[in-house]
Amino acid sequence: MSALWSLVKRDLLIAAREGGATGTALGFYLIVIALMPLGLGPDLQLLSRIAPGVLWIGLLLAALLSLGRIFETDKEEGVLEILATGRVPLEFVVAAKAFAHWLSSCVPLAILSPLLGLLLNLELAAYPILLGTILIGSPAISFLGSIGAALTLRSRRGGLLIALLVLPLYIPTLIFGISAISAVVTPPGSLEASLLLLSAVTIASLVIGPIAAAAALRAQLG
Amino acid sequence: MQTLTQRLANPTRFMELSGRILPWLSGLAAVTLAYGLYLSFFVAPPDYQQGETVRIMFVHVPAAWLAMMGYMIIAVSSFGLLVFRHPLADVSAKSAAPIGAAFTLLALVTGSLWGKPMWGAYWVWDARLTSVLILFFLYIGLIALRSALEEDPALAGKLCAVLGLVGVVILPIIRFSVDWWNTLHQPASVLKVGGPAIHPSILIPLLVMALGFTLLFFAMHLKAMRNEILRRRVRSLTLAEVERASRLEARAAE
Repeated sequence: MSALWSLVKRDLLIAAREGGATGTALGFYLIVIALMPLGLGPDLQLLSRIAPGVLWIGLLLAALLSLGRIFETDKEEGVLEILATGRVPLEFVVAAKAFAHWLSSCVPLAILSPLLGLLLNLELAAYPILLGTILIGSPAISFLGSIGAALTLRSRRGGLLIALLVLPLYIPTLIFGISAISAVVTPPGSLEASLLLLSAVTIASLVIGPIAAAAALRAQLG
Repeated sequence: MQTLTQRLANPTRFMELSGRILPWLSGLAAVTLAYGLYLSFFVAPPDYQQGETVRIMFVHVPAAWLAMMGYMIIAVSSFGLLVFRHPLADVSAKSAAPIGAAFTLLALVTGSLWGKPMWGAYWVWDARLTSVLILFFLYIGLIALRSALEEDPALAGKLCAVLGLVGVVILPIIRFSVDWWNTLHQPASVLKVGGPAIHPSILIPLLVMALGFTLLFFAMHLKAMRNEILRRRVRSLTLAEVERASRLEARAAE
């Protein structure tokens, strides 16, 4: 357990000291959201209706940017080989790294999202539930994303390929995240059911992600 | 006693057996499809509500079934590769992906052609359509991942197998999540509790077409597997040739 914590701490420290990654993702998120009113026109009613969906999609894309970094630098520096031959099972290593990615990318994005909601005239009632669904749902982004990061480790077109492989896997998270928010904003609809399903998707991804990503890493290191 | 799958692990034996089966399979597929097309164009009555457009269904429904079957073949092959290291599993998974993607696309295109007169739009964001579209994305992802790792086919096979199995886990989740999200497509009417809800005059052509499509799928899959095995032989022969030439060159230089 302490080995896992030190792995998480190490990844967070690298993310903080290297700088850039989190800031870039936040900047990207801000710009994507700012482009929306420019593309759709400044109709505040329209914006407030589509705000939850736009915020969620922007968050998915922004978090996607940093997925490649989960394993890339460790692969280049040979750290990944050491971790793979170490005593901690590779599945747990992947889980720790995905968790660190969630803390360093998804949580800042989640905290930024209510501020961006202001730009899109999101209804006041929706703010807590927006933040809540993102925090519940976004671990799936990191854990399913680790599969894509592991699969594309060797390919030269990694960045584009990750999006193609991983975005279809995010669909359940997106759908249940949105349906939870719309249950609050436009009353008919069950908030509890959506939240439970969203949690179920996240919990399933906590299992599938590390197992699949570790299998993919083993194939490439072995 | 060896099982059939174990016996087929020898590519030479597979080539021999598939070479003998393939002409029969292709012929049978052609005959069944011809009969099915005759039934669906000339024998099946037009629907009282949908008119002649109901005939699109004879292509659409079998294509959609095969789109899913294609993914099941990939999933089973991926499992066979990762767990049993069956030498033909990767060949099977690789050859099934483009064929399955083609059937998925066929189902999407015929569905949208049918949707225009019936629903008034080529595309609606309905649960069934969306999940088939995502199935298509998964196929595209598999093909793209394989083509990105062209220089190392063995690694590409393993990674595609991982992705294929992840896809099979996530597919039912996607399927049900979009089901709860929005729906317009009619529910299953052939395979359901209490027997089919389609009149035999339409059901029989549909089943003949489904059989024909399935035979066609397997004929194409077998042919693609044979091609892939030959391609790998050519590759290893070329590599051996290059190695021999470079060894001769080195000896000449001494």
